[in-house]
Amino acid sequence: MRADVKTMKLFEVTTQPLSVDEVVARVADPGNGAVITFVGVVRDNTEGRQVHFLEYEAYPEMAEETLRQIGDEVRQRWKSVRGVAIVHRVGRLQIGEASVVIAISAGHRPEVFDAVHYAIDRLKEIVPIWKKEVWADGSEWRSEA
Amino acid sequence: MKVKVKFFAAPREALQRGEVQHELPEDATVVELVRSLVQAYPVLGPYMCRAKVAVNQKYAAVETVLHDGDEVAYLPPVGGG
Repeated sequence: MRADVKTMKLFEVTTQPLSVDEVVARVADPGNGAVITFVGVVRDNTEGRQVHFLEYEAYPEMAEETLRQIGDEVRQRWKSVRGVAIVHRVGRLQIGEASVVIAISAGHRPEVFDAVHYAIDRLKEIVPIWKKEVWADGSEWRSEA
Repeated sequence: MKVKVKFFAAPREALQRGEVQHELPEDATVVELVRSLVQAYPVLGPYMCRAKVAVNQKYAAVETVLHDGDEVAYLPPVGGG
């Protein structure tokens, strides 16, 4: 583990491209027996419409705070969880690029899959981040809420 | 008193600004701010019913009382992930 990893933010909104390995490193711990990750990726279509790219926008300070809140909720519900890191990218993202990486670690694997599922569902529900789909002939701000 | 109001996504584009300073009577609540904003900026009207409001970066109920210098954010339905 690199020395600077300890000082890295566990919950972050960034304009930089995401690396799964780098986010996994944020929860590195010799007691971990499992790290489960979720990677959200920009898809080239929605409801049959061809997407050119996505534009993500955040209320950064509040987004990082609500990501931290989700981390707290995960630890409360799944006591076996050791580490949680969630990093969301904003700005213009091309097809195939990662928009979000969630890494959750535990001593053993049971339950952690559920924790990752919970974390991404909560992210889509409460984190102040918005997504604009841009097509050849227009664009729209999308929400699943 | 004055509060700072931040806008994002569709309402930000409609307003063509990400932030305004808004003058309010003392002890105004969130719902009073929302009404006052729609009066001042009618273009926001269509976005008001589905939006949530954060005060000082926390989700806030409509009856929350505002204070001078508060940072209020007008949050349309989120779409991260």
